[in-house]
Amino acid sequence: MPGITREEVAHLARLARLELSGEELDHFAGQLDAIIGAVARVSDVAGEDVPPTSHPLPLTNVMRPDTVRPGLTAQQALSGAPAQEQQRFKVPQILGEE
Amino acid sequence: MTVTYEDALATYEPVLGLEVHVELGTATKMFCGCATALGAGPNTQTCPVCLGLPGALPVVNETGVESAVRIGLALNCEIAEWCRFARKNYFYPDMPKNFQTSQYDEPIAYDGYLDVEVDGEVFRVEIERAHMEEDTGKSTHVGGTTGRIHGASHSLLDYNRAGIPLIEIVTKPITGAGARAPEVAKAYVAELRELIKALGVSEARMEQGQLRCDVNLSLMPAGTTAFGTRSETKNVNSLRSVERAVRSEVVRHAGVLDGGGRVVQETRHFHEDTGTTTSGRTKEEAEDYRYFPEPDLVPVAPSREWVEKLRAGLPELPRLRRNRLREEWGVSAHDMQSILNAGAIGPIVATMDAGADAASARKWWMGELARRANEDGVELAALAITPEQVARVAALVGEGKLNDKLARQVITGVLDGEGAPDEVVDKRGLAIVKDEGALGAAVDEAIAANPGVAEKVRGGKVQAAGALVGAVMKATRGQADAARARELIMEKLGVAD
Ligand SMILES: [Zn+2]
Repeated sequence: MPGITREEVAHLARLARLELSGEELDHFAGQLDAIIGAVARVSDVAGEDVPPTSHPLPLTNVMRPDTVRPGLTAQQALSGAPAQEQQRFKVPQILGEE
Repeated sequence: MTVTYEDALATYEPVLGLEVHVELGTATKMFCGCATALGAGPNTQTCPVCLGLPGALPVVNETGVESAVRIGLALNCEIAEWCRFARKNYFYPDMPKNFQTSQYDEPIAYDGYLDVEVDGEVFRVEIERAHMEEDTGKSTHVGGTTGRIHGASHSLLDYNRAGIPLIEIVTKPITGAGARAPEVAKAYVAELRELIKALGVSEARMEQGQLRCDVNLSLMPAGTTAFGTRSETKNVNSLRSVERAVRSEVVRHAGVLDGGGRVVQETRHFHEDTGTTTSGRTKEEAEDYRYFPEPDLVPVAPSREWVEKLRAGLPELPRLRRNRLREEWGVSAHDMQSILNAGAIGPIVATMDAGADAASARKWWMGELARRANEDGVELAALAITPEQVARVAALVGEGKLNDKLARQVITGVLDGEGAPDEVVDKRGLAIVKDEGALGAAVDEAIAANPGVAEKVRGGKVQAAGALVGAVMKATRGQADAARARELIMEKLGVAD
C-alpha cells in the first residue's frame, strides 16, 4: 500500500506553489493514494526478473540533424498567454527567490 | 569575526567544487529545431516543444550529443554506453514546461580529469561528470529599483534561450590546492574554456554567458579529511571573479568557523563591485527536484565505433599546444599564463598566420588590444578588429610607415569602425613623414627655436639631441621618423653620432 500522507501532499503543494486548505489536503491525499495504488498494481505482475522500465519501446539514438526548422512567430507564441508586455510573457511577482 | 586570507589558510584546508555550464554553439536547440541566434527579437525563436505546449514531442539534437561526447573525451572521461535524460522538476517561470530536461544518475560522460597549470606546475582536477541539459528562458524583473526580483511588481519572460543545449561539467572535490585554491579554480576555468574553444563546440565567451561557473567551497581543519558544509556561489562569470569568489568565501567561512558558528548550506550570489557574496536561498527548501526518467526521449547509446571515431578526431589539446607554442615563441611560463588568461592564444596564432611575427603579434594583442578589451569589458576575440588587420598594422610598423604611437592610433581607428588599417592611415593622415623636405624644415625650426640645446650638442653632448628630436616629433604631430630626424639633426649640427 502506498499510503500518501497529508504531509506529503502539503510538501508537493508547496513545491508547486499551490495553496491548499486543510480539507483539500485530506481530499487530495485520498485521491493521490488511489491513483498510486492503481499504478502500483503493475508491481504485482512484474516479477523479480523484470527490471524497472522507463521506456516501453526498444529504441535508442533517435536524433535529428542540427538544422533550423521554422517555429512560431512571437505573436503565435504569445497567443495563449494570459498577459504579455514588450513581446514577452508577463508573470506575477516571483516571491521568496532571487 | 574578521580573519585574513592568510589566517584562514593557516587553520583550514579549502575544498573546491566547480560546476561549469557551457552553452553549445549548435544552430538549433537541444530538443527542437528552433534557431539559437543571438540578438533575435523576444520570443521569435520558439515552438511548441520549447514552450512546453501539450502534446509536443522533443527529439534530441545529434550535434548536441556529439559535442557532449567530444567534451567528455577531451576531459579523459568514460563515455556511457547507454544513458537517459531526466526531468528536473521545479516551479519557476524561466522554464515553461515546469521542468528542465537534464540527466540525473546517468551522465553521458563521467570519471575524467583535466590537467591545469599554475605557475608552471601541473595540477590535476578530477572530473565527476559531464551531462547534457538545456538552458532556461530569460527573465526581466519590472518595477523594482534595480531590475532585481526584490521589489519587482512582475516579471517578463523571453523563451528564445529556453532549450539551447548546455553541457554541465562537474568536478570532484578538489583538495590539496591550499593557498592556491583561488588560482587553481581560475586556471581550471581558463583551461576548460580553451578546451571548449579548441573543440569548436562553443565560443565559450564568459561575458555573454556562454560559459558560466558555480563555485562550491567548504573548509576543513588542516590535517583532517572530513569535508565541512559547503556554500554554492552561483553564476560567477569572469575568470577574475572565479578567483575572487573563492578567496572571499574562504575568508567568510573561516570567520564563521573561528567565531564558533556553523556554515549554512546555501546558494550565494557573487557581486562584482565588492568581490564578495551574499546569501541566496537555503538548500533544504529548494532541492527537491523529483527527478525521473524523461519518457518522451529515448535513451542515448553512443556506439563504441562512433566514440572511437570522435576520439580520433580530437584536436591537439590546448595545454600541449600551449607548451609547443611557448617554445616556438620563446616566452616564459608566467607570460604564457597571462596570454592564456587574456584569451590571446587564438588571436596571436591567427595574426601570425596572417603574416606577423610572434613578437609583434603578441605585443599588440597583449598590449593595446588587451587594454582596450579590458576597458570595454569584452574578451579579445570580441573586439572589432581581425587578426588580419592586426597583422597589417604590424607590417606597416615593420616597413617603417608607422611608429608604435601612430600604430596605436590606427588600431583605435579600426576598433572605432573607421575602416581597415590602410583606410584609417589615409583618413587620419597618420603615415610617418618621409618627405625629406618637410622633415628638414622641421629640423631647422627645432634648431632655431632651441639655440642653447643646439650649442650643447655641437659641444659634444649628443644626448641633449633628444630634446631636438622631441621638438621635431611635436611639430610633426608624432608623424616624423624619429631615427631619420635624429640623423638630420646631427648632420646639420656637424656632429658624428
Ligand atoms: Zn523550439
